Amino acid sequence: MTETAFFDTLLVVTMIGLAIWMIVVRDVFAAIIGFMAFGLLLSLVWLRIEAPDVGLTEIAVGGGATGVMLLRARGLASAGDAMNAVPSVPFRVLVGVLAGAVALFLGALVVFPPAVAPTLAPLAAEHLASTGVGNPITAVLMAYRAFDTFLETVVVLLALIGVWSLTPDGAWGARPRVASADVPAPLLLLAQWLVPLGIVIGIYITWVGADEPGGKFQGATILAAMWMLVMMAGLRSAPALSSRRLRIALVVGPAIFIAIGVSGFHFAGAFLAYPDGLAKPLILAIEAGLLISIAAMLGMLLAGPPLEGDRP
Amino acid sequence: MTGATFDTATLYGLCGAALVGIGLFGLVLDPKPIRKILAFNLVGAGVFLVFGVIARRGAAAGFGGDPVPQALVITGIVVAFSATALAVTLVQRLSSAATDAGQPGQAASVPPKGETGTPGQGDAAS
Repeated sequence: MTETAFFDTLLVVTMIGLAIWMIVVRDVFAAIIGFMAFGLLLSLVWLRIEAPDVGLTEIAVGGGATGVMLLRARGLASAGDAMNAVPSVPFRVLVGVLAGAVALFLGALVVFPPAVAPTLAPLAAEHLASTGVGNPITAVLMAYRAFDTFLETVVVLLALIGVWSLTPDGAWGARPRVASADVPAPLLLLAQWLVPLGIVIGIYITWVGADEPGGKFQGATILAAMWMLVMMAGLRSAPALSSRRLRIALVVGPAIFIAIGVSGFHFAGAFLAYPDGLAKPLILAIEAGLLISIAAMLGMLLAGPPLEGDRP
Repeated sequence: MTGATFDTATLYGLCGAALVGIGLFGLVLDPKPIRKILAFNLVGAGVFLVFGVIARRGAAAGFGGDPVPQALVITGIVVAFSATALAVTLVQRLSSAATDAGQPGQAASVPPKGETGTPGQGDAAS
């Protein structure tokens, strides 16, 4: 067994062990921490299967941000005791068999693939030069399938509107409470030292995304994390939901995207088509706007809505 | 598994398939909403991983993997996060509504304090 095969096996065994533990462990806090560790390991897997862009997204959004989000709600596990009914043993066996069948079916698909693996990679490579970007994934996200990316940002915005609409009546327009009553000194130090560095890294990751692994989603998540750190340390409070500056930040990216998309009708003959030679600067303009908007969206999603008793 | 090539991608693909199974099991059986959200994210991770293996097998034109499915997975991870955020907030609101209506879990039997006769509220909350 070579070193890499040993590493791969170890990684898979650890991940499956963590996944089972996440399901069976009684303590919700432990399960969520397990999920975050799982996210770190999963991003290693993405590196092993030659998808560093996905690995960056997984480590930032999948494990990190989702874990923080779940931690926010961990105290609720004891609430709603009516939902704590334990299923009967025959039902558990039945579910186990069915879930196992789904896993076996997927496993069979993996082990017996079609003779010729379907791929769009040659097509993606063929037109890469005309987009002006060197990273094929950025080309897919921003040129070939730009409409998907546009809808994706709209989905994130809709999720934020959904979260905000759950604000209690009296608290509408208030600032979400993020900082705890007494901020631990190490957190304050971290927020003061790490944030400037994090902002540089976030912008850098977005910038290199044109040619190397990286991109706006990964960069925006880092910026949102830095923003959360500042808010958690109490250095700045979260903006009020009714803040005009916040709302402008939220829509500037999608607005630039729509504007460039619609002007594509006039200059290049189709929605979201880029004129020859202008693809790269237009993609950069969209990415810059989206970086601001997605960072604001993710930050406000993490902060959650104002709670009962918050006053605008 | 005889007759099929067994390489790194296959190993991780099987890992993804197992994650889907484990996640589904937890999703159906665990009664706590927050644990269901966690399990659902596990299912998502497994599906993304299987898809990533398909991308890896489509390696061509000098790329380590087919960039189209990889880009779709990036989109998927971000959308999954948004859905999780919405789900977590819904659970949070649900639980605070149940607490307002009385003891958690017994909300249905205890009429909401200070409310003007809305016995149905407890049912809706729990």
